[in-house]
Order: sequence, then C-alpha cells, then structure tokens
Amino acid sequence: MGKYKAKIGLEMHCEISETKTKVFSSAKNEYTEQANSNIRPVDMAFPGVLPVVNKEAVRMALMASMALKCQQPAYMYFERKNYYYPDLPKGFQLTQETKPIPVGIYGEVTFECNGEEKRVRINNLHLEEDAASLDHYDDYSTIDYNRAGVPLLELVTEPDITSAEEAVAFLEHMRSVYQYLGISEADSKKGQVRCDVNVSIMDENLDENDPHNWGTKIEVKNVNSFGGVRDAIKYEIKRQTKLKENNEYDTMEQQTRRWDEESGTTIYMRSKVDAIDYKYFVEPNIPKFKISSEWLKEIKASIPRLAYDRKKEYMTKYGLSDYDASILVKQKDISDYFEETVSLGCDAKQVANWTNGMILSYLNSKEISINEFFLNPYMLKELIDLINAKTISSKQGKEVFAKVLEKQKSPQEIVKSEGMMQITDTSELDQIIDEVIRENPEQVASYDPERPKILDYFIGQIMKKTRGKANPATASQLMKEKLNDLQK
Amino acid sequence: MKYMNKSIEELHEMLVKKEVTSAELIKESLEMSHKIQDECNAFVTILDDAQPVEVTDNLLSGIPCGLKDNYSTKDILSTGSSNTLKDYVPFFDATAVSKLKAAGAVFVNKTVMDEFGMGGTGTTGHTGTVLNPWDKTRMTAGSSAGSAAAVAAGVYPYATGSDTGDSIRKPAAYCGIVGYKPTYGMISRYGLFPFASSLDHLGVMTRNVKDAAIVVDAMKGIDKNDMTSWDSSHIHLRESLDGKVKGKKLCYVKEIVDLSNYENPSAELKEHIANFMKTVELCKSLGIEVEEVSVDKTLLNASPAVYVVISCAEATSNMSNLTGIIFGPRGQGDNYIEMMKDHRTKGFSPLIKRRFVIGSYVLQSQNQERYFRNAQRVRRLLVDAWKDLFKKYDGVILPVGSGPAKHLDGSKDILDKDTAVLEEHLQIGNFGGFPSITIPNGFISNLPVGVNITGNCYDDANVLNIAYALEEAMDYKNQIAKEV
Repeated sequence: MGKYKAKIGLEMHCEISETKTKVFSSAKNEYTEQANSNIRPVDMAFPGVLPVVNKEAVRMALMASMALKCQQPAYMYFERKNYYYPDLPKGFQLTQETKPIPVGIYGEVTFECNGEEKRVRINNLHLEEDAASLDHYDDYSTIDYNRAGVPLLELVTEPDITSAEEAVAFLEHMRSVYQYLGISEADSKKGQVRCDVNVSIMDENLDENDPHNWGTKIEVKNVNSFGGVRDAIKYEIKRQTKLKENNEYDTMEQQTRRWDEESGTTIYMRSKVDAIDYKYFVEPNIPKFKISSEWLKEIKASIPRLAYDRKKEYMTKYGLSDYDASILVKQKDISDYFEETVSLGCDAKQVANWTNGMILSYLNSKEISINEFFLNPYMLKELIDLINAKTISSKQGKEVFAKVLEKQKSPQEIVKSEGMMQITDTSELDQIIDEVIRENPEQVASYDPERPKILDYFIGQIMKKTRGKANPATASQLMKEKLNDLQK
Repeated sequence: MKYMNKSIEELHEMLVKKEVTSAELIKESLEMSHKIQDECNAFVTILDDAQPVEVTDNLLSGIPCGLKDNYSTKDILSTGSSNTLKDYVPFFDATAVSKLKAAGAVFVNKTVMDEFGMGGTGTTGHTGTVLNPWDKTRMTAGSSAGSAAAVAAGVYPYATGSDTGDSIRKPAAYCGIVGYKPTYGMISRYGLFPFASSLDHLGVMTRNVKDAAIVVDAMKGIDKNDMTSWDSSHIHLRESLDGKVKGKKLCYVKEIVDLSNYENPSAELKEHIANFMKTVELCKSLGIEVEEVSVDKTLLNASPAVYVVISCAEATSNMSNLTGIIFGPRGQGDNYIEMMKDHRTKGFSPLIKRRFVIGSYVLQSQNQERYFRNAQRVRRLLVDAWKDLFKKYDGVILPVGSGPAKHLDGSKDILDKDTAVLEEHLQIGNFGGFPSITIPNGFISNLPVGVNITGNCYDDANVLNIAYALEEAMDYKNQIAKEV
C-alpha cells in the first residue's frame, strides 16, 4: 500500500451449535442435509406462534461475552429487526440492538498474528436467531427452514484491524475461543461462520485517532470463509487505493457491497442513503428477565482457560517450542489430554512428543477424537514410566503403544503378556554373554577396543537369544567389560 | 329454543341427570347457528359435523360453544376474518383451544371478527358485516362481533373472544351480555393470531358472570409456549364467587363520567350517564363504597393516541409473516417482493393497510422517539394512575361507550363532541393488563348498554365477585336478544 493504511472492522456471525434446541424454538439445533426436518411451527411463523427463550443459548452467549471481556447486562431483552425477505418467516429477526444492552458490550480481544500480539476492541456481542437458507435455481428457489431459529452470536469489532492477515488471525482466534467454550464447532464448511467486513483506507501520515481521517466506510456483506475474508479485504484495499490514486476516492459514497466468490471481486449493492430502516423495537412476547449475579458467577467459573493462554504457559512453564505448543492447543480436548497427563507427574516434553507424534497421527488415521481414544492419560503415564525406568526401550515403547490400542489392554498388561520386560538383571545377562563368547571365538579374537564396531554384532547375538528383551545399554556395557577382561 | 338460552350450570345438571344429551344440545346450537348466520352473518364457519362429547364432572363437557376465528384450530379453517388466510387450516390448536377440548367443550362454529381484531365495528371481516341481533340496522361493535351476536342471540351459552383495546368488553355492552378479559397472561396467547402482542388478551363472552368464571377457569394456566403466561393454579374463579361485597370499594373517574365534560350532551348520552349513576347507587345499596376520583384530563385524553401508536406498531410487525409464501394464497409477481406485495395488496382491507402505514411511520428511526417511545411512556403513566387507584379501591367502575350500539349507517348517529375518552377508556385495561369485565346495566332506546369494572392485575376473583353481586341485583342476567 505504501502511502495508505487500512482500517478494518469485522462483524462475525457464529452459530451456537452446541445447544440441544434452537434459540426461540423447541426444534432440534442440529446440522442436517435433510431439508426442513428440524422445524416446529414457530420456525415457519405460522399464525399464533410465540418465541420461548432457550436459557442454555443465553448461558453460552454470556460465557462468550465474558471471554471477550465484555460487560454483561443486568436484564435480558430481545428486539425485533423488521424487514421482508423470503428467508425470514416472521418478517422480522429476533436480535439485540445496542439499546437496551445486548449480551455484551465494550470488550477486548488479544490474539497473535505472525508472532506479534494484537488487540481488537469489541463494540458489542449479541444473541440472535439465524434465518432460513435459500437455494436459487434458474427459475425457482427453495427454502430450507432447518437453519431458521438456530442461535447465532454476532460479534462487532471496532475498526482496529489493519491487514487481511490480521483479520484472518483474529477470526481463527475467535473460532478457537468458541470451540474452547464448547459453544460452537465454528465450522465455516457447515455455514456456521459468516462475516461482514468493513474496510476503509486513510493516508498513512494522518492521525489514526481522529475518526475524520478514517476515510469512507465500505461494508462488504456475505463473506462466508476465512479465505474469502482475506481476499475481500485485499481486493477492497486495492480497489480503494486505485480510487485514491485516480482522485476518485473523495466522491465515493458510503456503501454496502457484496463479496462475489466466483469473480473474486466486491459488487455494489446499495448506498448508505438507501440503508434499510429496521424499525427496531423490544419483542413484547419475551418479558425482560433479570440476569442474577449468582448465575453470572456460576457461568464465569465454568469458563475454561483458552488456547491463547495455554500456549503461552506451555512455552514459558514447560519450555515447549512455539510449534509444539501451537499444535497442542489447536483442539481443546487434545490440550486437556496433554494437561491431564502432565498433572499425573509426567515430563511435559515427553508428553508433548507422544501427543503431537504417535497420538495425533493415530487419531488422524482412524478419524476419531481423543475422547474415543483408548489410551487415556493414566496409560500414557504408565507407558512413559516403563520407558523411563528402562523396563522397555523407546523402540519397544512404540510397539507397546500399538499393542495397547490393538488389544485394548493397559501398557503394563501388554508388557507382561507379550514378555517384553527388558532383561536388566546382570547375572542373567552374564550367562548369555558367556554363551555368545563361547559360540563366537573368531569374532572374540578379532575384537579391538580401539575399533569397537564388532560390538554391534555381539549385541545382535544377545538380542537374538533374549528375543529383544535385553536392555541394549546394559548388555553393551557388560559385553565390553567381558571382552576387555579376555584381552588382558 | 329449549336449551341454548340456559346457563352452563343448568345445562350441566340436565346433562348429568340425562334430561338432555350432548347430541341434542349440539343439534339445537347448530340450528341456531344457521338461523343467526342468516340473520346476523355471525360465522365464518359452522361445524355441522360437530360430535357429541362424553359428559364428565367438568361443567363444560358436552356443551356447545363458539370460537373467535383468530383462535388457531387444528384441522378447522381459521381465517382471522382476513382474505390473507381465507383458506388457512392450521395443524395445531391454540393452547386455550386444547384446554377447552380437554374440558369437553364442543365447538360448533368459528365467529366473524374485525379483520385480525383490528377494528371496533364488526364490519371489516372478509365475510362481511355482523349485525346486532337486537337491531339489525346497528353494529355489534368489535372485534369479537360474531361471538357477541351469537351469545346474545342464544346460539350457545358462551363464545371465546380476544381483546386488544376493548374487543370483548365493547361488543358485550352493545349486545347486552357479559364480556370478561382476565389479567394479561392468565390465558396463554399461544395460537391466538396476534394483533398487538403487549395488549392482546383472550377472554370470553357469556350471559352471566358465573359462566364467564367457569369458562376462564378452563382456559387459563401457565403455558410453556407463552413466556408471558403465569401460574394461576391457586385461583379458582367460580368457587370464589360468593356475592359478598360489603365493604368493597369502587371509584369512577370524574373526567370521564361527569356530564360537564361534554359540550351540549345529547339526550342519549345524558341517559347513559344517568343510567350509570343509577348503577353506582345500586352498588352503594349493596354495601360497596363508591367514590368519585379525579385523573389528569390531559393524560386521559392521550389514551386513544397511545393506543393507536402502540397497537399499530406491534401489528405491522406481527403481521409481517403474512406474505403468502409459507401459507395463505400465493401472490403473483416476477420476484418475491412483487409476490408479497400482491398477496398483501389483495388480502388486507383498507382499514388494516391504514393502520400498517401508521405503525411503520411511528417505528421509523427518525419518528420512533417522538411517537412510539413517547406512547410507551404515556402508557406507563396511565397504568400508574390506575394502579394508584387500586391502592385504595378494589376496582374502577365506568360506563362502556357513550350509549347503545351505533347504527351501521353512521349518518343516523348523533355524535357527541369530545367523547373519545368515554369511548376508549377500556384500553387502559389493556395497557396495564388489568382484569376487566363488562356486564349489561340497562337499556337506552330499547337497546342494551353496559357497565365495566376493572381491577388490579391478579385480582380477577375480586373483580368478578363484585360484578357477580351487581349482576344479581339487576334484571339483565341471562337475557337473550329480542328484536326491537
């Protein structure tokens, strides 16, 4: 860009996918390909239906509000946003405007972008209902009401973001937050995350703190993937820069555009003067209800440590690499597994190696989650302890790992039943070594302490006789001593 | 007519003693339905295949009744008297309908109303004007027009109604019957086609107070489908009617009742007020203290405007689901906007469209503070004024309207000046969600007029009991309309 800097604000819509039912309806909140299967009369706005607030959705929204360091309201209200569209059965959407206070206002999010710490202020967070989904064909459209009424969290940031990369890093951070809170899968492939992007550019030498210098806000609607957000921002910055250079920027009106994935461009929708008046007013069918401080306390206590904090801790407290820590915190259940194993008294680096190596590749190959994984933290500790005590070798450890999963038995049981105990008893090893020496006089004669390569051969013989159970280090040490004695 | 002029308790006793069967009651009620349909145009649907129901301990079991056509009834046409729903057959019952069904009530017809309840004349339903059974040149008032006409004419002992401004209590007065809307949320609104959600009440029209208590006992109850409903299981309306009213206190509002408020009052208005004062004296003779109180006239005069602003605003939003896309006749057009426009242009009557325009206007962001929010503030002031009265009084007693039923041909009425508050004060009962009951209290020009008692929220039993005692002291209980 050079002469200009961008000011970017995001409106991130994320479905709450983890409630049993929809936000104002008793229909199932569940993603399904079977159109119009999760619906109740209220989802299609048949005459006489009424909304009933799902307390669980409110709880999750309050949890998100706290995680974003927002203020929570004393009373909960919902408002009607009135407009006509075929995906909106009632002709209004139940949502929350900023007056009365929505589920959260004035928060702040700290996240990481390319190793740098960034901050974005949150203007507000509100709980609303999703609309139905439309599919358009050549001469007709279809409506699927499964999505109508699914709880949706809309987060509105201040324009604190300065680049496409930063915007994507923020969204990835938020996805992780929602996943950690257990309120959403935040899967954009399922259409659970959708964004509107506000972009303007300003001359780099002007004061950023003065809103007059911010330029003209362009809202880009319906950006439905993180890649799309990145591309739409890049496109807008390029487009607006060109307008600046052609001296056309100042005559550009504030407007809403739409992201067109296919052409990779934004397309003019409407100007600010044509903005829809949504005629917000408080939904009279939902009495305002008090959010007790006890309930807020209870919710607060249930918030887990988030990925961002865990990663920091793994690096500073356990000395893990940025790379390892990042992998561990990517999914909360993996991170929880790691932490539980460490809490049992294992070395964090060893646990990280096992988790990020053998365990993740096993889970990926079997396409299962760690909650379905047989080898629990207690067994992982057993396995690590067996190796650390030299009862088995590290190489054997990997075999034990595979056998544990194959036979669904604990590492101890596997080692016992498979006869995999290492022979560390020197008297037993002595006998075997004597045997090997007796049987290989030529090799013994050729032994040269300066060039101990032949030792490998002897160890191989020992392993053969013990079927791999000899502790290699002990065996090697004893063998060396015997050979040296013979030479004297 | 052998049975349908009787009260619910009388009919129940006859059913229990097997002096009559449910089938015989239904037969007579259906015959009356067809007769009153011909005479008054009171019904959207007559359910000729209505089936008798087993008579149980429940007072309503086996007895015919009517439902206003904005009650969602499973497998039965429910139009709200609107062309937008002219063929709409719901697949679910309103909660109140389920409760009546469970009590053993037999539905014999769906009654005509002003379109979606948005009118007070009974003239705007899509099936045409409802005529007053006392005088076919006069209106029933509305919006529960068909229910009022049918109960007054003796089609059955009761029909349900709904009341957003006075839609039960005004037609009750014009038709000489009892109209009762209980406290907001006592009866679930689930399945009632909404007009203005914060003002909408379900209720009932009967020919005596006890019947009203019996029916609402059956309809009420907390409902998981309506967050504004509340648990009234401790309230037993019928059982609490003992007629003991000595020491009760009522008040009437000088700024509404005093003739000096009206410039050159007509003879009818004078008579109406005089008749009301007679009722007041009657109350006193029953041992009820009645006092005149004063309420700020400016505040009272604001009531009709507050009602228009709030009810139209909520209505325009509530009826945005009527697009012809999911239900109702599909509109014609090249795109969804044209289709919706066509559906709504053809479907709604001009009166409703006018109210939608008002509703949209007052909600627009540049107007909302001046109109909608101010209306909500004044609503609160009016409710507070009435709540203040309830600190001292069991209820407010006031005349209903400015006289008897108006002519359908408006040019025949002498309109008194400045009677808006007299015509519209019942709205305050909706603003506050107060229990409110109208009972007949006399005749003017051979036509019935009514008196209203409104009490504090949750005090339904007390309000009904006062009405019950007063009704007993007058001659209009159980009256059937006679053509004048």
